[in-house]
Amino acid sequence: MATKGIVKGIVSNLVTLEVDGPVSQNEICYISVGGVKLMSEVIKVIGQNAFVQVFESTRGMRVGDEAEFDGHMLEVTLGPGMLSRNYDGLQNDLDKMEGIFLKRGEYTFPLDNDKKWDFKPLAHTGDKVKAGDWLGEVDENFQPHKIMVPFVFEGTYTIQTLVEEGPYTINDTIAVLTGEDGKDVKVTMTQKWPVKKAIICYNAKPRPYKLLETGVRTIDTVNPIVEGGTGFIPGPFGTGKTVMQHAISKQAEADIVIIAACGERANEVVEIFAEFPHLIDPHTGRKLMERTIIIANTSNMPVAAREASVYTAMTIAEYYRSMGLKVLLMADSTSRWAQALREMSNRLEELPGPDAFPMDLSAIIANFYARAGYVELSNGATGSVTFIGTVSPAGGNLKEPVTENTKKVARCFYALEQERADRKRYPAINPIDSYSKYIEYPEFQEYIARHISPSWIEKVNEIKTRMLRGKEISEQINILGDDGVPVDYHITFWKSELIDFVILQQDAFDDVDAVTPLDRQEFMLDKVVDICRGEFKFDTFIEVIDFFKNLINVFKQMNYSAYKSEQFYNFNEQLDNLLKERTEN
Amino acid sequence: MATKAFQKIYTKITQITKATCSLKATGVGYDELASVNGKLAQVVKIIGDEVTLQVFSGTEGIPTNAEVVFMGKAPTLKVGEQLASRFFNAYGDPIDGGPEIDGKEVEIGGPSVNPVRREQPSELIATGIAGIDLNNTLVTGQKIPFFADPDQPFNQVMALVALRAESDKIILGGMGMTNDDYLFFKNTFSNAGALDRIVSFINTTENPSVERLLIPDMALTAAEYFAVQKNEKVLVLLTDMTNYADALAIVSNRMDQIPSKDSMPGSIYSDLAKIYEKAVQFPDGGSITIIAVTTLSGGDITHAVPDNTGYITEGQLYLRRDSDIGKVIVDPFRSLSRLKQLVTGKKTRPDHPQVMNAAVRLYADAANAKTKLENGFDLTDYDNRTLAFAKDYSDKLLAIDVNLNTTEMLDVAWELFAKYFTPAEVNIKQELVDKYWKN
Repeated sequence: MATKGIVKGIVSNLVTLEVDGPVSQNEICYISVGGVKLMSEVIKVIGQNAFVQVFESTRGMRVGDEAEFDGHMLEVTLGPGMLSRNYDGLQNDLDKMEGIFLKRGEYTFPLDNDKKWDFKPLAHTGDKVKAGDWLGEVDENFQPHKIMVPFVFEGTYTIQTLVEEGPYTINDTIAVLTGEDGKDVKVTMTQKWPVKKAIICYNAKPRPYKLLETGVRTIDTVNPIVEGGTGFIPGPFGTGKTVMQHAISKQAEADIVIIAACGERANEVVEIFAEFPHLIDPHTGRKLMERTIIIANTSNMPVAAREASVYTAMTIAEYYRSMGLKVLLMADSTSRWAQALREMSNRLEELPGPDAFPMDLSAIIANFYARAGYVELSNGATGSVTFIGTVSPAGGNLKEPVTENTKKVARCFYALEQERADRKRYPAINPIDSYSKYIEYPEFQEYIARHISPSWIEKVNEIKTRMLRGKEISEQINILGDDGVPVDYHITFWKSELIDFVILQQDAFDDVDAVTPLDRQEFMLDKVVDICRGEFKFDTFIEVIDFFKNLINVFKQMNYSAYKSEQFYNFNEQLDNLLKERTEN
Repeated sequence: MATKAFQKIYTKITQITKATCSLKATGVGYDELASVNGKLAQVVKIIGDEVTLQVFSGTEGIPTNAEVVFMGKAPTLKVGEQLASRFFNAYGDPIDGGPEIDGKEVEIGGPSVNPVRREQPSELIATGIAGIDLNNTLVTGQKIPFFADPDQPFNQVMALVALRAESDKIILGGMGMTNDDYLFFKNTFSNAGALDRIVSFINTTENPSVERLLIPDMALTAAEYFAVQKNEKVLVLLTDMTNYADALAIVSNRMDQIPSKDSMPGSIYSDLAKIYEKAVQFPDGGSITIIAVTTLSGGDITHAVPDNTGYITEGQLYLRRDSDIGKVIVDPFRSLSRLKQLVTGKKTRPDHPQVMNAAVRLYADAANAKTKLENGFDLTDYDNRTLAFAKDYSDKLLAIDVNLNTTEMLDVAWELFAKYFTPAEVNIKQELVDKYWKN
């Protein structure tokens, strides 16, 4: 019999229930308020009292209201038909809800019960299988969606029956498996999984090493992220976090993109709703929306569901990873998630850690980032979840708990900087403070040497050094004046400006410049590094400035021209002429 | 939901703090309103049979045997066409001597709009002020605050914006407003003959500070009525949101909550977002646009209130006194409207984005020239021209007393370009130069 509870206390969305039976931590219950059932999650138990966070407004709830426990934790329903959908943080299908306003206690089914999917078996009767093994596949928006042995199955099973190729709904039995105990279990195309547990149906989780192309030069060239890697983007408001996130989610070479809008502006999600159905995936030529799932828990939606939303997104990402797909998960912003944790911890009257955040914040963040990764499945296929989160540091100060704790676990750091944004140098990623740890991985370096060029890593490190040198010199020029330093200093400084303007800066709103494919990035890097390595002779610093400004101008026009177009080659020739004139003098 | 518990009178208060009082009571709903010796209060905490009430007007003079009556409902507002031209206090009661509103009673602080039902904002709001329309164009459904020091004329600018914007209704929410400012708004609106489309909810400095927590929800409930039921374009003015946040801090402090940054409650982000996110473009044409004021302390935007606001709103506007022309201007550097690209060059003339950027870039060059001048370096001819341009640009476009339509603003900008620069220096796409350059 299900455990029941009675409301004993209410403080905002923290409710105390007196329970009449066993409850487990993170178990879901529904509290009836005026005929509406409000979903809640157990977050603390003391004796007969269960403290639950309610995922909705508690307005009008009374002492004595009844609650019924569900017997399981917060779960998502996994199966074909999730792509292109817009969910809230609890995986309710937002499009299925009626009316303009969200109604309290309205929960909608995330999949389609009636749609028939063309199932193709991949396994055979008599095969031994375990959780996560592929039984068959259906076509979901032109992606092979694998139907797997449910993740909750423990031990080895034998396939007793497997249906023939044909159309089935997600609730039709497609296989019967016999367990080690001889009992038969039916398998459909859908399964459930608790969001706070990682799906670990894979053989190994090696270090990631394959470059994940994003088309953003300051990422791919300078601080690359890899398939299965982790990264984070901290930045004060107005420095372009959202533009950056949108650019990556539009352009990244991923099979599946999941966007978790966690406690951010609703109009930003509306922008995705409006744009993605029309935009084309540069890698497949298909509509972006076809590979995208949006989890929208905007800032005005209930706080507890905001915390759940990132887990919902991660669990869906892990599900697709188990099919051998490349999944990119973007969460904007993880600070809002941390704030949701803080609000609850505060109401629970826990002793606070730094800035009133809960003491275990660093462990929670670390565990979450650890769920990303590159995995080898039991059949030899590989899949990945690449996770990029944004952080909104209070007051733009990076010495705050969320940024600091994230920095400990994320391997790529893309520091958006106010000063760069003020100078309209977009993307405003500081080239000196930002880093990618992957560039130091020998397996990554080997991969790059094989797939791009053996000299790539060396050149990337060289431009980083040049940027740093350029910054040092610019500080000296500021103190000593233009005339106070040798002309050589100006040359070194302007070489770093050349790198900044040509490689780092990129116009996210220009159709051509917004996406730079890898071969083009290689071409530009070679070209810029060649110039930087060149010896130039100038008599005055004014000559230096004029020459480099000219170079930069032609390079910028080139960045705006389609790769290898006639225009592109014209500008390339102009560049070569400018350089020739200079070296002949 | 409607139980009839509110006839019961309780007379034994067990605990009184400056903002709250507690008593033993049963059958009470969370968020429910109560009256404590006639003072309005709201349920903020229930532990077993002990109920804690937040008394809006403060607990001064409340005795332990005060009469407490529960009303069985959350705070409500009666909505209807009659709201127009009226002035109310934080409880939605008339303060202009007029009759009570006879309309449908709606709970304030209602549910959020389903994000998939929102429309992308796409309609420009013209204010006539070039510092806004040209450089930081506003769009219906947007939420944007003025970040201003207390001595800046933000209320005047806001009144001006409200009167010029083509909106069907203007809802003014005044929180901790001085009586003088309240009268200023009242006179400005009535002199402009605009009273019939204005609804005001006012909490002045003379009223208890906790009361002002109700103001934004009251104002936005009225706004939702006109935007959803009547499909009207509604402009909501909220001044000053820093006072609102201060009231939040007071209550959370009285309830022994652990403060986070700058003594603000840990939930400050969610609390502010719940208000600002009411800004929306509805599919049927109605919209709610929020223009707010966040006063700063010594221009510090890293303080928790402006900082959290900046992460929520779609840009911010800064005012600055320009000593060169002796006028207040809209600062072109720090101001930002995040939604402007939805309308500039699309709903306005195609040269708008390029002209806007070119003018700001030249203005930035002037700022550099000024620094050079102050540091005792020699100025080039170009430097001198940028300085002269900056002065003219400030006076003819950035000053808040400018009143032009966007086409006129663009024409003025082109005139200034031609007066001080060559086409190459302005750096605008050739086809636009060919079309608009003033010879």
